[in-house]
Amino acid sequence: MASSNDTFGSKRLVVGAHYGLRDWLSQRVTAALMTLYTLVLIVQLIAGPKLGYVRWSSIFSQQWMRFATFVVIVALAWHAWVGVRDIWMDYIKPVWLRLSLQVATIVWLVGCTGWAVQVLWRL
Amino acid sequence: MADEHKPRPAYTNIHVSQIVAYRLPPAGVVSILHRISGALMFVLLPLVVWLLDVSLTSEVSYERFSSAFIAGIGVVPAFLLKLVVLALIWAFLHHLIAGVRHLWMDVTHSVSLQQGRISAWITLGSSIALTLVLGAKLFGLY
Repeated sequence: MASSNDTFGSKRLVVGAHYGLRDWLSQRVTAALMTLYTLVLIVQLIAGPKLGYVRWSSIFSQQWMRFATFVVIVALAWHAWVGVRDIWMDYIKPVWLRLSLQVATIVWLVGCTGWAVQVLWRL
Repeated sequence: MADEHKPRPAYTNIHVSQIVAYRLPPAGVVSILHRISGALMFVLLPLVVWLLDVSLTSEVSYERFSSAFIAGIGVVPAFLLKLVVLALIWAFLHHLIAGVRHLWMDVTHSVSLQQGRISAWITLGSSIALTLVLGAKLFGLY
């Protein structure tokens, strides 16, 4: 319960989930990581002979590239979670429907992440 | 206090028909397309992972990956797959460039009306131009 000295100033009780700044920052950090990864991948794609299975798969079987790809897969899921949840919060007002869609979003993203990681580590 | 006599502003939710009739400034177009492109990529995420899967798993699956773009796969004809991938290419490029624009504005505080308008046009133009270049490659024009 709010008492008289937590309704103002830096010690005020922040109602809601107070995830605004964290989400704003995580969306930008993950975006920067994915942009950097895109550039690294483009460089590897354009440098070298004609692209076929051998060269394509050898790009992703390098250990450091697997490391980077794994980080980007996680970053993508996190980034998409923040963005898609924003969409539900903006347009979907009934709580039961919004909650259902948020749960479905998590299921979707976790499933795709697992699949992508499996593809990566099978190489 | 002259303001006291002014009527208070009223804010209402706009209707879909009003949204369609409302002419957005270029930065507004970039913004809504940022959201639409993000949602599109989210919905098509399993397709992207599937493409990664078949292209990487083995030489045999790589052949299936290539032939999907030539002869189609299952009930999906090749041109439909190419159209969907083209939409993904546009969505990725628009989302990336609009995102870089955001980061650039965050870092440099370049948020004047004129700067916003110019960078919005650059975002729209460059994403469409790059989509056309890569799309021509996808459809085998060069």
